[in-house]
Amino acid sequence: MKHFKASITVSLRKSILDVQGKTVEHALHSTNFPMIKNTRIGKHVELEIDAENAEKAHALLSDACKTIIANPIMEDYHIELHEMEA
Amino acid sequence: MRFGIVVFPGSNCDHDAWYATTHNADSEAIMLWHKDTSIPKGTDCIILPGGFSYGDYLRCGAIARVSPIMAAVTQHAKRGGYVLGICNGFQILTESGLLPGALLRNTSLNFICKDVFLRTENSVSPFTNSLEQGQILRVPIAHGEGNYFADEDTLNMLEQQGRVAFKYCDVNGNTHLESNPNGSARNIAGILNEQGNVLGMMPHPERCCDIQIGNADGLAVFQSLISAAELLI
Repeated sequence: MKHFKASITVSLRKSILDVQGKTVEHALHSTNFPMIKNTRIGKHVELEIDAENAEKAHALLSDACKTIIANPIMEDYHIELHEMEA
Repeated sequence: MRFGIVVFPGSNCDHDAWYATTHNADSEAIMLWHKDTSIPKGTDCIILPGGFSYGDYLRCGAIARVSPIMAAVTQHAKRGGYVLGICNGFQILTESGLLPGALLRNTSLNFICKDVFLRTENSVSPFTNSLEQGQILRVPIAHGEGNYFADEDTLNMLEQQGRVAFKYCDVNGNTHLESNPNGSARNIAGILNEQGNVLGMMPHPERCCDIQIGNADGLAVFQSLISAAELLI
């Protein structure tokens, strides 16, 4: 068994208007940051998982994302894995 | 007619639902705890009430839908039993897959608490049979995430199958951008499942069932359910 640390980013699907992102971008534009574009607001989840290898850990987490961590109807997720020293 | 009202940690419209069903609709109602794993026999309609189950952690309804009682609620629905999800209850129903789509943040980003007008789009369902097609109701909303979203195919299917129960409208029944409080696709306020025994709606009919508080428009939903249950017996 290997031990992994995972960092998961959940964000609204690109096709969905992110009203929170739009509002923050508007605020940025009115405070000296007019050059900022495409602001999207999401969630960041950190967790640890034991699995045989990175592929299996990724598959398990992908399943967890589809089941609970993200709602695939409205959200996309991105998983980053880092193997930890035993 | 017996209603079963599920109490999740953070539910806050459970007592309103109990009052509306027992005092205003003159029925029996029992409270069910989220840790219960079965629904007592003879319970005709499960109500998933409004509130902030599990503090809306992760997403509204995301944790509630994996709580122990939900397996029994799903079985009840699959057997054809009635399930009414109001506000947070609607969010739980979409998260659990009993209803299609999802509820996003209101486009205004504000929590909106006010009376809105609803147009009855389906007057034959167990939840709306005492209403006329196109009948307008005044019902309060109180939510931050009530912006109904589904892909175009799903929206077309819902409309074609008569599964949109209510739409947000103005006092004359016109559905347009101005009468849409939260950005919901096609002004949708409430939808039915394919079999018609599960309704999810963001507005709160249980909060307007008593003429003593100035509005009893919501009572029609509970009276419809009572008529539907009597027909089954």
